[in-house]
Amino acid sequence: MTDSSLAVRGNLPCSARMPGSRLFRAYLTEAKYECLRSLRMPGFAAPFLVLPFALYLFFGVVLFGSSKEPNTALYIFLAFAVFGVMGPGMFGFGVFVATEREQSLITLKRALPAPPAANLLAKMLMATLFAVLVMITMIGAALFIAHLRLTFAQFLSQAVINVLGSLPFCALGLFIGTRASGKSAPAFVNLMYLPMIYLSGFFFPLPHSIHWIQFASPAFYLDQLALSAVGLPASGTPLSNAAVLVAVTLLFGALAVRRLARVG
Amino acid sequence: MNNGSVAELSQVTKRFGTITALDGLSLQVQPGELLTILGPNGAGKTTAISLLLGLQQPNSGSALLFGKSPLCVEARREIGVMMQEVGLAPELRLREHIDLVGSYYPAPLTPAEVVEFTHTASLADRPYGKLSAGQKRQVQFALAICGRPKLLFLDEPTVGLDVQAREMIWEAVRALINQGCSIVLTTHYLEEAEALADRVAVLAKGRLIASGTVSEMRALVVRTRISCLTALAAEQVMVWPGVGSAHRDRDRLHITTSNPETVVRQLLAADDDLQELEVRRAGLSDVFTELTQEAA
Repeated sequence: MTDSSLAVRGNLPCSARMPGSRLFRAYLTEAKYECLRSLRMPGFAAPFLVLPFALYLFFGVVLFGSSKEPNTALYIFLAFAVFGVMGPGMFGFGVFVATEREQSLITLKRALPAPPAANLLAKMLMATLFAVLVMITMIGAALFIAHLRLTFAQFLSQAVINVLGSLPFCALGLFIGTRASGKSAPAFVNLMYLPMIYLSGFFFPLPHSIHWIQFASPAFYLDQLALSAVGLPASGTPLSNAAVLVAVTLLFGALAVRRLARVG
Repeated sequence: MNNGSVAELSQVTKRFGTITALDGLSLQVQPGELLTILGPNGAGKTTAISLLLGLQQPNSGSALLFGKSPLCVEARREIGVMMQEVGLAPELRLREHIDLVGSYYPAPLTPAEVVEFTHTASLADRPYGKLSAGQKRQVQFALAICGRPKLLFLDEPTVGLDVQAREMIWEAVRALINQGCSIVLTTHYLEEAEALADRVAVLAKGRLIASGTVSEMRALVVRTRISCLTALAAEQVMVWPGVGSAHRDRDRLHITTSNPETVVRQLLAADDDLQELEVRRAGLSDVFTELTQEAA
């Protein structure tokens, strides 16, 4: 036996009880490495950070920056902010979870004493962090490039609504990730993501005959919340819109967590 | 916990649709022993391990880890796991993986201790995705031991490893056993089982068909192989008492016998020019082949 082998047991206690501080550290460590992984994949991080910002500049400043309609710039800002926070949650959860399932990493974590919710909470934190970064860049562009006239409280309310509003899309992404394979997950996420944006009606008004379909898109409710927060007319009340988003989060989150626990 | 075992399957049946993967299997892992589970593909080895890890639930019977349900996280804090096929995050380095997996345990080893023990210091700061297949197995072994496990599950730990890396893992496994760690090893390399195992359990069709020490298992097959360079014909030797089979491979005559002493005396008496006499007891591979053929 080598000296190094003695280190495996040593005289340290091997109690299976986990102090609260170490449990907290486990959650923090999982979150830290989840974020580190995302940051080490510029191919994943860059599109989510750059695309909403670039599209907002193109449509909100270059194309419609000089529009006579006073609320056009505001509508464009709100729409691209919602668009921006949807992606990290849906793709981050959908693709990462599907890949980890396919590679048995989730199975390994189920076998190891990983805190049950640590992996999902870490991914949620990562998606939320991305949503915060998206909102910082969007608000920066609105303030300093598009010169949008909103109060500090209105900008802050948009940031809070959209960051929290990214959670239903995390749940949808997670749901896809628990069903799809690693290779097919991006396609399935796109299959849900792109129609959801279109059907919500916040970029292009839907034909009147299929107007009802927008109620099937969770993005529609987030957009309505954002409209209410800046005093623009919106469908439903803030409470009813928030309730739909909470329901989507709980429903798809619960379905996904149940499947992860049973099947992995 | 029954009989002080650290892990136990008791009369476990597990079905997948119409297929019965485990059929009333009972198995115990004692403290400080290395139990090797052998069996042909589809014998139920992986299913048995999955039940002990809480990854699947039995249709009947019970699975216990340290006297608790494997679903109990406190029980799993006593174990380390090296799975056969797993893809770790390719962006993270070994040192970071150890930090992450170690955070799940109450008193883990430090990354420095783990890389020293597993001889993986040269891999510590390299991204997992840039490692060779063999190096990835070494990393997975390092992660399996980082929580100071009392019970370690190793599923085909040395597949894809070169001889040097395999010896390092064997050395580490022996050191862990010496320190009181129990190990459940599944492997297709029978020489690995012979080199490491205290006890062997052979599964076939979801049942335990034999269990015992390597010596006890060898004794199950009362057979010795003899080979030599001789002019004697196989047909001539076949009729001798105690000879099970005899065949010629170029200049060598190969004999299987249950009475090697008598056969060797007869060989030496019958051929004065006999050379390169080899006598070998039945190995684990012979036992495995015979037992699993009987069960098939």
